[in-house]
Amino acid sequence: MSGKVVLHYFDGRGKMESIRWLLAAAGVEFEEVIITKREHYDKLLNDGALMFQQVPLVEIDGMQLVQTKAILNYIAGKYNLYGKDLKERALIDMYTEGTLDLMDLIMLYYFFSEDKQKRLSDIEQKAKERFLPVFEKGLANSDFLVGNQLSRADVHLLEATLMLQEIFPTILSTFPKIQAFQERMKALPKISKFLQPGSARKPPPDEVYVKTVKEVFSHLFK
Amino acid sequence: MSGKVVLHYFNGRGKMESIRWLLATAGVEFEEVFLTKREQYDKLQNDEALMFQQVPLVEIDGMQLVQTKAILNYIAGKYNLYGKDLKERALIDMYSEGMIELMDLIIMSVFAPPENKQKQLTNIEQKAKERFLPVFEKGLANSDFLVGNQLSRADIHLLEATLMLQELFPTILSTFPKIQAFQERMKALPKISKFLQPGSARKPPPDEVYVKTVKEVLSHLFK
Repeated sequence: MSGKVVLHYFDGRGKMESIRWLLAAAGVEFEEVIITKREHYDKLLNDGALMFQQVPLVEIDGMQLVQTKAILNYIAGKYNLYGKDLKERALIDMYTEGTLDLMDLIMLYYFFSEDKQKRLSDIEQKAKERFLPVFEKGLANSDFLVGNQLSRADVHLLEATLMLQEIFPTILSTFPKIQAFQERMKALPKISKFLQPGSARKPPPDEVYVKTVKEVFSHLFK
Repeated sequence: MSGKVVLHYFNGRGKMESIRWLLATAGVEFEEVFLTKREQYDKLQNDEALMFQQVPLVEIDGMQLVQTKAILNYIAGKYNLYGKDLKERALIDMYSEGMIELMDLIIMSVFAPPENKQKQLTNIEQKAKERFLPVFEKGLANSDFLVGNQLSRADIHLLEATLMLQELFPTILSTFPKIQAFQERMKALPKISKFLQPGSARKPPPDEVYVKTVKEVLSHLFK
C-alpha cells in the first residue's frame, strides 16, 4: 500500500534532517506536519503513533516508523542507497555511524548553552582528527565512498560537511578530496534541487527552534 | 575468505556484549583479544584497525568492523536474524534501537560519579517500566517472537536487556507476564541455553576492575 510520505517533527533540523536529505536524494516527495505545541505531541502519544514516545515519526508505506536509524535504514534499503551486498552495507554502516555521531555532537552544541566554547573546540578537534581524515582517505581513489555508486554514506557526508562549514568556514581547507566530493555531489540534480531556496531543507537551529523543542519536550529539559 | 571471528574489547560487557549475544545465538564461534593496557589500544590505532579510533572492533570475513551497529547489522543480515524483507527489518530496527538505547543507559550508569548513580538508576527503572517494557509486552501479545513469527535479533536484544534489568531490579518483570514467558522460551533454545551456562563467552556485570581498566585504557575520554 503506497501513499504519501509524512514527516512529523519540529520546524527545524534536529534528528529529522538526515531523513529529509535521504528522501530528497532518492527523489521521494514528502509532506511535513510541524510540531509547535505540546498538544501536538500529546496527540501523537495518545494516538499510539510513537512507539517509544519519541519523534522523529515518519509515515511511509503504511507504517508509522520511529527511531531515526530505523527510518534511515528503510529508506536507504528501499531506494537502493545501501550498497549491493552485506559487505558494502557494513562499510556504509561504519561510515554512516561515524557521520551521524558527528552530526549529533553538532546538534547538542546548539541546544546546550553551558560550555559552548568547550563543545565547539571538541567538535572542531574531533572533526579534523577523527572523522574528516577517514573520509579524505575513503575518497582517495573513488568518486563515491562505497562501491563506486551513490549511497547513503555519501549523502550523510555531504550533509555533515556542509553543517561543519556553517560553524567552521575553512575546516575543509586541508581536505581537498572532500572538497571535490562536495562539488560533485552538489551538482547531482536531486541534491542541487534540495540545496535551493524553497526546498524542504531546514536552516541551522535558531533561538525560536530551540525554544519550541524545549517547551514541547519540557519533561526532558527539567 | 572466511576465517576466525575475533573480538577486540575489554574483558567485560560494555558495547561488545550485544555482539557476543548475537554471535552466540547464530552459533558462530569467536575468539577474544582483551584490552588491559593503553599500549594495546595504541597499537590497534597505529595498525589503523580502528576507523574512528574506537572499540568494539570485530574481525570477520576479512573485514575490520567498528561501530557497534554496523557490526550487529552485518551479523544479523548474514545469519538470517534480520527478518524476511525491508518492512520486517524496519520493525526489527525500531525494536532494536529502543532496546540498545535502554542498554546504553545501563552501560553508561556504571561510569557515573557516585553522587549521580542513584538518580541514573531511578531514571533507568522509570524508562524501562513506562517507555520500553510495555511496548514489548504488547509486541508479544499474540506471538512467540517479536517480528515475523521467527527468531530475530530483536528477540535476542530483548532477552539480553531484560536479564540486565533483572540484575538491577529483580522484580521489574512482575507486571509483564508475556515478557516473562518469552524469557523462558528463549532461555530454552539450545544455543542461548549454552551461552547462559558458566564458562561461555558471556560476561558478568561490570565490577570495579572493569571500570578501572576502561578508564585507564581510554584515559583521554575521562579527563
